[in-house]
Amino acid sequence: MNAPISPPPETRYTVLDAPRRGIRDVLMRWEVILVILLAATTVVNTMVSPYFLDVFNLADATFNFSEKAIIALAMALLILVRQIDLSVAAIVALAAMGIGYAAEAGFGPGALFAVGIGIGLACGVFNGLLVTGAGLPAIVVTIGTMSLFRGLTQVVLGDQAKTKYPQEFLDLGQSYFIKMKETGISWLFVPPVPLSFLIFLVLAVLFGIVLHKTATGRKLFAIGSNPIAARFSGIPVDRLTFLLFMVSGILSGLAAALLTARLGSMRSNIAIGWELDIVTMVILGGVSIAGGVGSILGVVLAVFVLGLVTFGMSLNNIPGQVVSVYIGALLIAVIAIPRIVDRLGLRKPAG
Amino acid sequence: MSEPILTLTGVSKTFPGVRALQNVSLALRPGSVTALIGENGAGKSTIVKILTGIYTPTEGEIRVAGEPKSFASPRDAWAAGIAAIHQETVMFDELSVAENIFMGHMPVGAGRLVDWSEMRAKAAALLKRIDAEIPPEFKLKRLSVAQKHLVEIARALSHEAQVVIMDEPTAALSANEIDDLFRIVAQLKAEGRAVVFISHKFDEIFRIADDFVCLRDGDKVGEGPLSDVTEPQLVRMMVGRPVDQVFPKRDVPIGGVALSVRDLSNATEFADVSFDLRKGEILGLYGLVGAGRTEAMQGLFGITPLTRGSVTLEGKPLSIRSPADAIHAGISYVPEDRQEQGAVLSLGIRENVTLANLVKHVRGLFLSRPSEQDETRRLGRRLAVKAANWEQRLGELSGGNQQKVVIAKWLATRPKVIILDEPTKGIDIGSKAAVHDFIGELAGDGLAVILISSELPEVMGLADRILVMKEGRVVDEFQRGKWSAEAIVGAATGARKEAA
Amino acid sequence: MAGRAIKTRRLIVAPPPLTPSLKGEGDSEALTPPSPLWGGVRGWGYVIAEADPASGQRRMRNVLNYRELGLALVLIVGVGVIGAYQPVFLEWRNIGDILTETSVLFMMALAQMVVILTRGIDLSVAANLALSGMLAALVSQYYPDTPLVLMILTAILSGLVLGMINGALIAFLGIPPIVMTLGTLAVYRGLIIIIAKGDQVNASEMGVTFQAFPKMALLGLTTPVWIAILVSILFWVFLNLTRAGRGLYAVGGNPVAARYCGIDQSRQELLAYSISGAVAGLCGYLWVARYGVAYSEIANGYELTVIAACVIGGVSIGGGVGTVAGTLLGALFLGIVMTALPVLQITPFWQMAISGAVILAAVVINARAEKRPDKLILPEARRLGRDTRMLRRARA
Repeated sequence: MNAPISPPPETRYTVLDAPRRGIRDVLMRWEVILVILLAATTVVNTMVSPYFLDVFNLADATFNFSEKAIIALAMALLILVRQIDLSVAAIVALAAMGIGYAAEAGFGPGALFAVGIGIGLACGVFNGLLVTGAGLPAIVVTIGTMSLFRGLTQVVLGDQAKTKYPQEFLDLGQSYFIKMKETGISWLFVPPVPLSFLIFLVLAVLFGIVLHKTATGRKLFAIGSNPIAARFSGIPVDRLTFLLFMVSGILSGLAAALLTARLGSMRSNIAIGWELDIVTMVILGGVSIAGGVGSILGVVLAVFVLGLVTFGMSLNNIPGQVVSVYIGALLIAVIAIPRIVDRLGLRKPAG
Repeated sequence: MSEPILTLTGVSKTFPGVRALQNVSLALRPGSVTALIGENGAGKSTIVKILTGIYTPTEGEIRVAGEPKSFASPRDAWAAGIAAIHQETVMFDELSVAENIFMGHMPVGAGRLVDWSEMRAKAAALLKRIDAEIPPEFKLKRLSVAQKHLVEIARALSHEAQVVIMDEPTAALSANEIDDLFRIVAQLKAEGRAVVFISHKFDEIFRIADDFVCLRDGDKVGEGPLSDVTEPQLVRMMVGRPVDQVFPKRDVPIGGVALSVRDLSNATEFADVSFDLRKGEILGLYGLVGAGRTEAMQGLFGITPLTRGSVTLEGKPLSIRSPADAIHAGISYVPEDRQEQGAVLSLGIRENVTLANLVKHVRGLFLSRPSEQDETRRLGRRLAVKAANWEQRLGELSGGNQQKVVIAKWLATRPKVIILDEPTKGIDIGSKAAVHDFIGELAGDGLAVILISSELPEVMGLADRILVMKEGRVVDEFQRGKWSAEAIVGAATGARKEAA
Repeated sequence: MAGRAIKTRRLIVAPPPLTPSLKGEGDSEALTPPSPLWGGVRGWGYVIAEADPASGQRRMRNVLNYRELGLALVLIVGVGVIGAYQPVFLEWRNIGDILTETSVLFMMALAQMVVILTRGIDLSVAANLALSGMLAALVSQYYPDTPLVLMILTAILSGLVLGMINGALIAFLGIPPIVMTLGTLAVYRGLIIIIAKGDQVNASEMGVTFQAFPKMALLGLTTPVWIAILVSILFWVFLNLTRAGRGLYAVGGNPVAARYCGIDQSRQELLAYSISGAVAGLCGYLWVARYGVAYSEIANGYELTVIAACVIGGVSIGGGVGTVAGTLLGALFLGIVMTALPVLQITPFWQMAISGAVILAAVVINARAEKRPDKLILPEARRLGRDTRMLRRARA
């Protein structure tokens, strides 16, 4: 729109392949801010509690966030394309109930995981159909299906609990999948890794590659940035969105299986309120709620920051809801501080 | 001459890093129409925004009836008697006509509560003054674009505005509606108001305006009575250089039939659209805005579902259900609405250029960045895209350069047929010439080109053949050399048939 | 594309629809051909015959639009059917109970609507309600001599401040509402534990008048119902008869246009979240006093019920659309579902599933009503007006 003050004529027609990056651009990257937060959390926790840096304690800490983190990967992609799935926790409940009944019927661990994933998939398809097929806003649809899925769980289960599971299934959720192995050198060892955390790491790598290295990932960024232009460019917007809702359902079902195996029991209020924790992970991870911006690395770092904060505070016997004060404040602060910096004119406004 | 009602003296506006307006002075006299002309980005919108209190000038003085004023908000501008009719109707679809007129200054009665009956009565009176009997309680979404413009005019009158600014009010109007609008402008003038009229169409400017002010790159480069200048002089003033030949028609050998379209129809927008298109041919598609040209071409491209019709490309029948099918078959469509449908503004140039043909850059499972960079460099240079680097976000480029990137995206799909929908709408004259030149080049390369344009000189300058659409149907066809502007416009408006 | 309408040689204004239809306002079409009834050509279009503004039809439409009429109809039929099975449901006492149970939802839904009108959302309302309720309960526990009015004011003020924090950061820093209120939802809930030192306040610890006030009745209705009625009237007056209220619709309907009209979007947003907060505070007192207990889990997840009431009531999540009557009906709908289940001897576990299904049904209906009409370019399509399904079928 506006004429630059003095266009340097010699550089005007030379177009570089990539911008020259200043140190400031690197430092202001979201992931760097998260790494600093992560380091700060570790340092503070180590100073406050001698038990924090214990390998087994850290491994146990991953139990508490891995299931949510798995769902957060799917949520990150959904938010990236301007959608949201608030029904994930309710899908976990419905799938966990299915697993409970299947376990009573005598199914083995493999079949129980399949039941969980299958129910999750069905729920994801239902969400996807309503959002892409009928063209409804995702936030309202998934508030509705959240009530519907958890409501169905309540109708079927009432105030009962499901507590009968095969031992092999419980072992998958409760013991380390990779056992601790010492090599004799004190700093070199194979750490103990629970199954849920391992699955999260593998999925995170997979999602990272798909989002940042493949054509599908590029299409997701395009949809999130401008869905109409994406459609005009031949990108199957509805099909991809539908697929993401399916993925969200599948991962919720998987998380349900892992969670049930870990807890060894389920009630209709299982995983209640998780949807908000998961959305917090994704937003803290730098995925823009307006779509088109975000990275899997950011989400993974945010998962670690939140996990370690929660773990460190629980070591100090701070109740969960007080931890949530810190997490809520953190979420607001990381979003607000860059904007306050902009307001104060310390950084040039973007655009 | 009467005293000026509004003067700007030495007004400048600077944004961080950008100078939008430099030391501009102008004076508006009551009972006169002043045309504000200049290319896109010359500073016209900045002046409008300063006059309406959206921007505050960095330097300079505004005087209304001799009194110095400063506008902190649109309210202050209204209070000073300045109102604007904006380029795109900025109004409230879900609210009533009366509320649209009085939003921001609704009449209030006892207890500062809104007096609805008075508001409706006042709205009805205002609408009656401009001969527009639209019921004030109607929701705005029920009105046509032209009727919405009338509501905006009524809104300007509701402020008892002495200065009415019209920012490209005719862009979306048909010829008859423009006539009606001009009658209102004349009426405003007769009532002693000052009108600022912004338009890209010189015929309108010469028809309605008394004076002109010409801007270029934020500077005022000319002003005076319109009777003293000619159109070429104005163009030279705007561009800063003489425009030799705006539409150089190339001599291109025309080949065999590339695309054959029969009976393209959908339920409500277009019907029985049939034509053949040859290699190297540029087919102009002309009609009034809303004649169904865009809709028919979007149907061909798989955006809107068809109820009937067949498409054959190089002898092969096609079944196009989505844009992906069309792209795969070798048809490209450069959409009319660049910001909404063409460009992904928050992605970089490279990501935009390769977006419609990502398959080509996949090596194994992954996208190959070097391959993308090669393509971007090649097409970017061919279209002379001006940017700092190929990763620059599209939102940071000028409109003309954005359009070049969008065209590059569509060329990257290696199309056999390319449909260009209003490719030069809203871009500056320099980029426009480059795009015109490039369209000729495409035809020279053997592509079949369909050019939708509402600018008759553009279609007549570039096309080999012109189809005219009206009310969703093709009503006439003209061959190069055997056409006249009057005949084409006549077919588009239906005037000729009425005369016959 | 969006703003582009069909050009005709003459501009035509359609008569208002003669028969109400449940599909919604947008059903009449600007391009319906004129009938002699509606006058002839003059200047800029067809002149509308002077519509009598006081006609019964028009007055009815001022109160309820077609959507709301539909919802009201569903409610009446539903209540009738339930009453046929269980006549006790239609007894005055039961109706009073339903209204009392729903009174908080009425107010919370109206407050949420005001926020959604500005294209926002307030997920922190239930946490705000619980925190403000806790504050009021603590005042009652430790300063039992405080006059009741001051205790209620404490809750309202606390809610107002919490709402203003949301509003200020959303309006002045541009933080997305969903992110901001998600954050404060966690913060406010946690603060309850901190200020109450992990404890809860029980009925025995609260003052007597503190608890008695919501149980008092006047003309057969309890005080919460009277407060809800008063609040509803205030909302109606605010949204329909004040410039600021109409400004909320403007900001949500078209933020750019609102700015051009001199409406300060930031101020409107701050106002909306402040209202939402203050109402949550008031409801916090009512909740705690009525149920006789204050702890950190009060009204957990209630924010979603509140949003559901808005959606059912026809408030568009896209902003700028929503009415007081619709929202009240939406809240009433949920209230009736919740209270009807025990009467019909259905386990209350059905409650959530039913509200889920109802929300989904409501979104589908809303979407149908808001669907952008076909572009009518072909003359034959224009003659048929908006009902182009026939034409599509004929052509297919």
